[in-house]
Amino acid sequence: MEKTLDLKYTYTEKKDTRSGFGDGLLEAGRNNPNVVGLCADLIGSLKMGAFQKEFPDRFFQVGIAEANMIGLAAGLAIGGKIPFTGTFANFSTGRVYDQIRQSVAYSDKNVKICASHAGLTLGEDGATHQILEDVGMMRMLPHMTVINPCDYNQTKAATLALVDHVGPAYLRFGRPVWPIFTPADQKFEIGKAWKMIEGKDVTIFATGHLVWEAVVAEAMLREEGIFAEVINIHTIKPFDEAAVLASIAKTGCAVSAEEHQINGGLGDSIAQALVRNNPAPLEYVGVLDSFGESGTPTQLLEKYGLNAENIVKAAKKAIARK
Amino acid sequence: MEKQSIDQLKKISSQVRRDCLRMVHAVQSGHPGAALGLTEYFVALYFNEMTHNNNFKMEGKGEDLFFLSNGHVSALWYSVLARSGYFNVEELATFRKLNSRLQGHPATHEGLPGIRIASGSLGQGLSVAIGVAQAKKIDKDDKLVYVMMGDGEQQEGQVWEACMYAAHHKVDNLIAAIDYNGQQIDGPTAKIMDLKNLRAKWEAFGWEVVEVKKGNDMEAVVAGLDEAKSLTGKGKPVLILLYTEMGFGVDFMVGTHKWHGVAPSDAELENALGQLEETLGDY
Repeated sequence: MEKTLDLKYTYTEKKDTRSGFGDGLLEAGRNNPNVVGLCADLIGSLKMGAFQKEFPDRFFQVGIAEANMIGLAAGLAIGGKIPFTGTFANFSTGRVYDQIRQSVAYSDKNVKICASHAGLTLGEDGATHQILEDVGMMRMLPHMTVINPCDYNQTKAATLALVDHVGPAYLRFGRPVWPIFTPADQKFEIGKAWKMIEGKDVTIFATGHLVWEAVVAEAMLREEGIFAEVINIHTIKPFDEAAVLASIAKTGCAVSAEEHQINGGLGDSIAQALVRNNPAPLEYVGVLDSFGESGTPTQLLEKYGLNAENIVKAAKKAIARK
Repeated sequence: MEKQSIDQLKKISSQVRRDCLRMVHAVQSGHPGAALGLTEYFVALYFNEMTHNNNFKMEGKGEDLFFLSNGHVSALWYSVLARSGYFNVEELATFRKLNSRLQGHPATHEGLPGIRIASGSLGQGLSVAIGVAQAKKIDKDDKLVYVMMGDGEQQEGQVWEACMYAAHHKVDNLIAAIDYNGQQIDGPTAKIMDLKNLRAKWEAFGWEVVEVKKGNDMEAVVAGLDEAKSLTGKGKPVLILLYTEMGFGVDFMVGTHKWHGVAPSDAELENALGQLEETLGDY
């Protein structure tokens, strides 16, 4: 179906976002001798093997001990290093929330918590590993920056941008191969939303893998004469409220799209901005207070209502409520 | 900072105990028991054993660094830092009060010199100290990292994750210590959750263990620290099992968990201060 659409962004290759992290980390290690890596027995899954091979003295295998990993990273940061921790999103957040809260966020340590296999698109491993609450947990923490890039290129750019960003950060990415539709040479500005497609009838605010679904949805809507604006919210915190409000002032209604619980996610940030400044209809595309399950990424996005078709429905609903 | 004699260290300890009691009394909250029990160890570290700079720099390159995992001993740490010149002793009067840098549990948020990370939620300090020690190794900095933990804290699983890691990665520029006072909030550790043979446990994980049986005797503490230092740089992390008495130095506070988190009354403070010589001048 995608092929027949007049897409504003296209792709020739698919790759996993976690590889964007792995390749970004390797480049970061070459650029800056203070960059160090830590991993809790998931080097292959996190694509940290190349960094480990090239910088064995700056890489620490922690074993299956995530709480210790967060503390170690905080200590390395005290010593002037720029630690990047790697494990699944589930074990990067919920399992170590108190360690992050006290030793990283409250203590304002320059630790980059890098989390793969986030969301439903982890697929067949099922709900134990498909965390859908991590963005909520991380954005609640004072001092924490929260980033959820959309494809391989943006994840690599975000990883590199984090080297020069001082302070605690959470970088969320995923497992499946996904279209590479953003440019390789993009400048990644932490905290600055990226207007990817200009529109006038409705704004689709998307983050992570669902930015691609938003691009597809925009083309579907355009075939019906509806012109949607698509804004890539790669940084969920700090939140680019000005960009959200400027777009809503023009379109008058919004859809949020994220691979996360509706509770606590990107949509909540948008709702807060709208309620305080310019109340406007908002429809959420996200997981409605449930856990995931086993299946292929495509099947799961369809079953839980997170694909382009659902964004189209939500956009029409938002427009009707104007 | 010049090394102090044993006699001088004892005098400083008496003043530090006075500081702790007056701080806790003034705000009628805090944790006097373990603070009094650990006074000799902290005073020995800051006034004799560590090479450190009271012109505080977060990274602490070229310095020995100390970390406190059982953060509720904060009053003691604040007193020792102030008496070492990290900040004015008058600031001790703000302990636990609104807008103070001397938070109930140590924190970096308000920028208090000498504190490098928040602690209070137990089990995290050893991991942090190991990270700092590994940063020193990367930088070829030959100074040591010290960390203090509680004995009740040994019930936290993260301690054993870190314990296993430090031995595996040969973090031998680290001297950890356990305040082995046998008490925790709900009662004696043996009754609440028996720690059994801590020495055997840490040795089995691959650590060198030094036992300081008289953790409130300044000569014994300094000798124990000297022995621990002599064991660093040999491929293994080092642990000091520091036998202390909670509430040491005040006859009605010693040896009981009752004073873990209770402040003395006016009369109790007067009684306690009568037992501790004012050697450096109260703040």
